[in-house]
Amino acid sequence: MLSRPKCVLFLAGMLGCAAGAQTTSTAPTPAAPTGSGSSLSWDRPQYPSTYHRRPNPPVFIRNATVLTAAGPEQAGASVYFKDGRIVAVGKDLSPPADATVVDGTGKYVTPGVIDTHSHLGVYAAPGTFGEDDGNEATNPVTAQVWAEHSFWPQDPQIPLAVAGGVTIIQALPGSANLIGGRSATLRLVPARTVQEMKLPGAPYGLKMACGENPKRVYQNRGPSTRMGSMAGYREAFIRAERYRQKWDEWLKDKKGTPPDRDLQLETLADVLRGKILVHNHCYRADEMAQMLDLAREFGFKIRSFHHVVEGYKIADLLASEGVAASVWSDWCCFKMESFDAVPQNAALIQQAGARAIIHSDDPIGIQRLNQDAAKAMYAGQQAGIPITREQAIRWITANPAWALGIDSLTGTLEPGKAADVVLWSGDPFSIYSKAERVYNDGWLVYDRNDPKHQPATDFNLGITEPGVGR
Amino acid sequence: MRRTGGPTDWRSVVRGKGWMVVALKGGSVLVFLSAGPPVRLSAQTIAITNATVYPISGPKIERGTVVFRDGRIVAVGSNVAVPTGAIQVDGTGKVVTPGLFHARSTLGLSEVGSVSSTNEANHSGDVNAAFNVAEGLDPETPLIPIARLEGVTTSLTGPTNGLVAGQAVLIDLAGDRVETLVAKSPAAMVINLNEDSKSAGGGSRAGVLQRLRQLFLDAQEYDKRKNDFRKNAMQELSAKAEELEALGPVLRGELPVVAVANRESDIASALRIAHDFRLRLIVAGGTEAWKIADDLARARVPVIINPINDIPTFDGPGARFDGPALLARAGVSVIIVEGETGGARNLRWSAGHAVRFGMAWDSALAAVTLNPAKALGVDDRYGSLEPGKVANLVVWSGDPLDFSSHADHVYIRGVEVPAKSRQIELLERYRTLPPRY
Repeated sequence: MLSRPKCVLFLAGMLGCAAGAQTTSTAPTPAAPTGSGSSLSWDRPQYPSTYHRRPNPPVFIRNATVLTAAGPEQAGASVYFKDGRIVAVGKDLSPPADATVVDGTGKYVTPGVIDTHSHLGVYAAPGTFGEDDGNEATNPVTAQVWAEHSFWPQDPQIPLAVAGGVTIIQALPGSANLIGGRSATLRLVPARTVQEMKLPGAPYGLKMACGENPKRVYQNRGPSTRMGSMAGYREAFIRAERYRQKWDEWLKDKKGTPPDRDLQLETLADVLRGKILVHNHCYRADEMAQMLDLAREFGFKIRSFHHVVEGYKIADLLASEGVAASVWSDWCCFKMESFDAVPQNAALIQQAGARAIIHSDDPIGIQRLNQDAAKAMYAGQQAGIPITREQAIRWITANPAWALGIDSLTGTLEPGKAADVVLWSGDPFSIYSKAERVYNDGWLVYDRNDPKHQPATDFNLGITEPGVGR
Repeated sequence: MRRTGGPTDWRSVVRGKGWMVVALKGGSVLVFLSAGPPVRLSAQTIAITNATVYPISGPKIERGTVVFRDGRIVAVGSNVAVPTGAIQVDGTGKVVTPGLFHARSTLGLSEVGSVSSTNEANHSGDVNAAFNVAEGLDPETPLIPIARLEGVTTSLTGPTNGLVAGQAVLIDLAGDRVETLVAKSPAAMVINLNEDSKSAGGGSRAGVLQRLRQLFLDAQEYDKRKNDFRKNAMQELSAKAEELEALGPVLRGELPVVAVANRESDIASALRIAHDFRLRLIVAGGTEAWKIADDLARARVPVIINPINDIPTFDGPGARFDGPALLARAGVSVIIVEGETGGARNLRWSAGHAVRFGMAWDSALAAVTLNPAKALGVDDRYGSLEPGKVANLVVWSGDPLDFSSHADHVYIRGVEVPAKSRQIELLERYRTLPPRY
């Protein structure tokens, strides 16, 4: 966004900026103009996060098997976190006097699960027209819309995902459009407003979609073909290029009247500046190669392809381009572009050295991303592709954190990272295991054994029995 | 898809080849396979030895042997001699179960979800009692090998749309002709009592039930007064003769009714209708069945349920993961299924998921083997490892309900399924890049 000029354009700088925002976010400042006397909208805060970390007693989980997502699995280890940060992980730790001690004997600890592809809140339950807010299917290019402006924090699917160990999601617009709009990276904490859930400092994402969906939705007005879709992306970015140039020119000295503001091009210009990360729904191998060429033409990076059903066919390309692949373990055959799904997709992508991610795109799937990772891991192993547990846990933690540009904040259990922690009843790669406790930024947002820590949404009240994720 | 004229028409389709046509009281006929399929039957005797065997009909057998021949199981036990000349499969460290029975799928009727030319499970109209899906089956669909390599050997494959969706058939997942796939036809009549069929009742659930009752009353009347009907001496009936004819076996209690109902009130309606018309009811969907579990148990109504679904909707806001466990605890016969055709391979993990949320492991395994066979009245041939039953069985590398195991051998009607699928061919082509063409 233009209103965050302090963030430099490149990724490392962006993350530094993000981390800074995290530490100062506990005292949000009122939305006040930050420009030099400007009274125009572009220079004011744009829907800032009002997220607060909840004060919590320090927690010491003892004698668990720990998958840190940043090193080897450790049996009989402890995890200590305080003030929302991981302090220490290891075998020879003893609990500080003020820590709440949780016995992890026979249990497992992992980082909080992160989903790069969720429509929670924008396609909320109970699934009526009233909550159907995920696709602004009125134009093939709607870069001007923001998913957070649809997001309903009372979606009863949210606590179900939390009970599955999920701490952070990227809420995305749907895939009807070539360019669907901005995503939001959210902490899954009980909240009245989406602003209270926005992860401070997380970069925005841009949802783009290839393939069958846009051409089906727009078959009567166009684009109705894949080549029409390509022309549509290119036209949009050509306009964005000019817009960016105009604004960057004006921002040098801010003399005279600023250029007209265009929400659509503002978002696309920030993509070109590298401030907004591109998340591209794309199934077919040949089509992903086209999108990589498109990105080269306009000088941006695709951060992650999503669905990537044919990723295994171009795993070498995904690796050399450094683009992440957010996949399901085995969704198959619901349309032609999913017809070539193989359960070894994630394993083959991993083996080629690309960044594999298991995502959900589904309110049921998000509740068991650990299981989907398990299915994909074992499918690989059984086919002779040597996937380790350490690699597979990264598919739902560290790798999605990278894809969302928040890997300096969370995604692993390394000292200094956010205390996004799940205690599992057993091996997270077993079908029988359940998330027992979920800590989001140190806050115990879910405890399977304590109804006091199973917050239901407003919708649940008087309609469903208490106790989510049973 | 072809619309068949009711169960009797099956004689022309299935004449000969080991099929049996059974006349039932009332003059209607049901057709089913009497002695296994005529294809690829191996005279070879196979013995799986030293395995942990779950016969389902009895307790687990450690170091057990299963012998089968000519498509049928011959012996199961711990002290079973391996017949001379038998092919011996070492089951040491392995688990043997019956083949998994998917009791609510469109396997064989649907290939690519969004491509209508590959979908045969929907018939337009509200009342399609005479619509039997069998001749829409595609034995060559690549989804069948994908499902059976995960241990699914048998499927209740049926129609989906309409108040009376039509007739489901029982298939084994092997064979290159409809005649060889089908193990029983019809196997059940499918009706929808969920929100999807409201339009059939003028937009109201009460209208749906009123229409269904009238349909059943007319079918009874038609059955009694066929001569009057032919002479046009009857009042106007609410459906065509072929539909009313097809409802005959349902109203005589010969053909089970799979009623899709999720909301507690819809399940209660299904129970009421079943009581009034003496139907052999099976509830499917069953999102809120746990709320009415005692009534279901008392009425001995089995419930077909997908345990993965816990999303609250107005068609069943009380969805919960432990629904199957609560039903089983109340004494309901639970049948576990998977939601998507393309996901039929996940059936065993649906059962595992029910265990995750409180169902006993043995009960969950029965919920994908013997329980559906009993509910459909085919437990004389399916659902357990007992002498005389169809030799559908799976040798697993470990716990079949968990992710770490895989199916080492899958036998359908006594013949091992080849380890081939479209997915495996794709994997092998792209296992190393550049691909091998």
